[in-house]
Amino acid sequence: MQRPDMSVVLAGIPMRNPVMTASGTFGYGAEFADYLDLESIGAMVTKGLSLKPKAGNPTPRIVETPGGMLNAIGLQNVGIDAFIEQKLPYLKNVNTPVIANLYGNTLEEYGEVASRLDGLAGVAGIEVNISCPNVKQGGIVFGTDPAAAREVVSLVKRNTSKPLIVKLSPNVTDVVLMAKASADAGADALSLINTLTGMAIDLERHRPVLANVTGGLSGPAIKPVALRMVWQVARAVKLPLIGIGGIMNGRDALEFMLAGATAVQVGTASFLDPSAAQRIAQEMEQYLVEHNIESARSLIGALEV
Amino acid sequence: MQFKSMVISNVEVSPKYFRMRMTAPQELACAVPGQFVMLKVNDAIDPLLRRPFGLFDVGSFVPEYAGCGAQVYCEILYKVVGKGTKLLSALHHGDLVDLLVPLGKGFQMGPAGEEKVLVGGGVGLAPLYYLAKELKERGEKVRLFAGGRNRDDILCITEFERLGVETYVATDDGTLGEQGFVTQVLERHLGSGMRIFACGPTPMLNAVAKMSQNLGVPCQVSMEAYMACGVGACLGCVMKGANHSDETPDYRCVCKDGPVFDSFELQWS
Repeated sequence: MQRPDMSVVLAGIPMRNPVMTASGTFGYGAEFADYLDLESIGAMVTKGLSLKPKAGNPTPRIVETPGGMLNAIGLQNVGIDAFIEQKLPYLKNVNTPVIANLYGNTLEEYGEVASRLDGLAGVAGIEVNISCPNVKQGGIVFGTDPAAAREVVSLVKRNTSKPLIVKLSPNVTDVVLMAKASADAGADALSLINTLTGMAIDLERHRPVLANVTGGLSGPAIKPVALRMVWQVARAVKLPLIGIGGIMNGRDALEFMLAGATAVQVGTASFLDPSAAQRIAQEMEQYLVEHNIESARSLIGALEV
Repeated sequence: MQFKSMVISNVEVSPKYFRMRMTAPQELACAVPGQFVMLKVNDAIDPLLRRPFGLFDVGSFVPEYAGCGAQVYCEILYKVVGKGTKLLSALHHGDLVDLLVPLGKGFQMGPAGEEKVLVGGGVGLAPLYYLAKELKERGEKVRLFAGGRNRDDILCITEFERLGVETYVATDDGTLGEQGFVTQVLERHLGSGMRIFACGPTPMLNAVAKMSQNLGVPCQVSMEAYMACGVGACLGCVMKGANHSDETPDYRCVCKDGPVFDSFELQWS
């Protein structure tokens, strides 16, 4: 049979396959060029960008936990100006859509960063982080209250003409409420989930392991939670979804598509296997070949319940 | 680069300390002392992440099988401290591990004619051995100051001596060498025309960095940190740069900007 059609279109962004890299796990792309073909993956999502450079949290910032890891990086990034001057020129020469992930310390900053990115060639879309659990401002405050989410998403929408993805937090009572609020406010797609808040304790020292005390849990440990949330949101909201959470191989990724995701993001897996995104896309294609399935799109939301 | 490596040998050289030799890609023959590898001990999700190890040695050998050319190998020195290193210690000849090599920036050896002073303890001796080997090949005068809690932490001293390195040892409990901190022994010997290379526990590096700055002796330190990726993406392994403050933050990645730094690049407590 012919090679299966792996392409998907996400909020108007055509992608060669559904595999994207998750923000904060793939640097600004170039860091991974020695390990995989950047033109073999569906899209790249940048480290979260803010108006001014951001230092991030004190160390230790990461710790491994069973089947996962906790991080409290604190959104360290070069800032929007340095991104445009130093990182974007490289990315423009890579024939793969670039999604700029952004956040603000204040509501106004969200709008400002979005408008700075708006006219830029080489940025195919933006992903708004309203879900970072590790900083007080510019993240979770907007991601746990539907009214605040509606406000920040509509402000960003007014400041951009690019496809707008909103990244949701799992640290809420009802993720569907947040999804609906974001959809109402003009999101073109939703990505979920960001990390689950957690902590680790050093029993010898009677102290938390992370300097920030708490951090965000990622990796295979969170996949069941993420699948459940994608499935719930897919049933309640018409927008295309990006499934994120512990995807380590092609089978994991395809499970998210069955649950209702149009695309997936690979995060923690890139840390232990820098070629993970490319490998996962290949494994997905292999599954389709073995099961005589002609297109990846046919699996979106095809879960039988 | 990513490389499937075969364990050649894995030997306990001191209680809880192991020395492992494994096959390496040809590219590693050009590795610089101070560079490191990220090793994944198996395909399981627990332990999930790779572990960083400084290169203890790099060389080549001709395998016994017929028709095989020279094969590059590398060695690491590690202490069993948790689940990952415990699994590592159970590996035998023929087992496979996954490596990212070579990573980070290594030592700059400096001009010939200076006396090269190596300071380390425990697994911190690993990159110093590879460095000593390269320095001796260049005909340099090399002295090693090794410290630890007790004699078990003083590793592979005979290996250094075999290279022609003059060694000084201090232990907290006096079970080997002088009793006390190795930095006290070092202080008696430091003078101009020297260059320091240090790797070991942070308090030791802290003391060495300060001493070198007071005496105006150039000093490079190789740092250790928790890290997830090893390629500069996770930003988990950062250290404060010398001019770091809350207002003007300056974090350096141990994996990408280091692990070897000039001591004046970093902020010491």
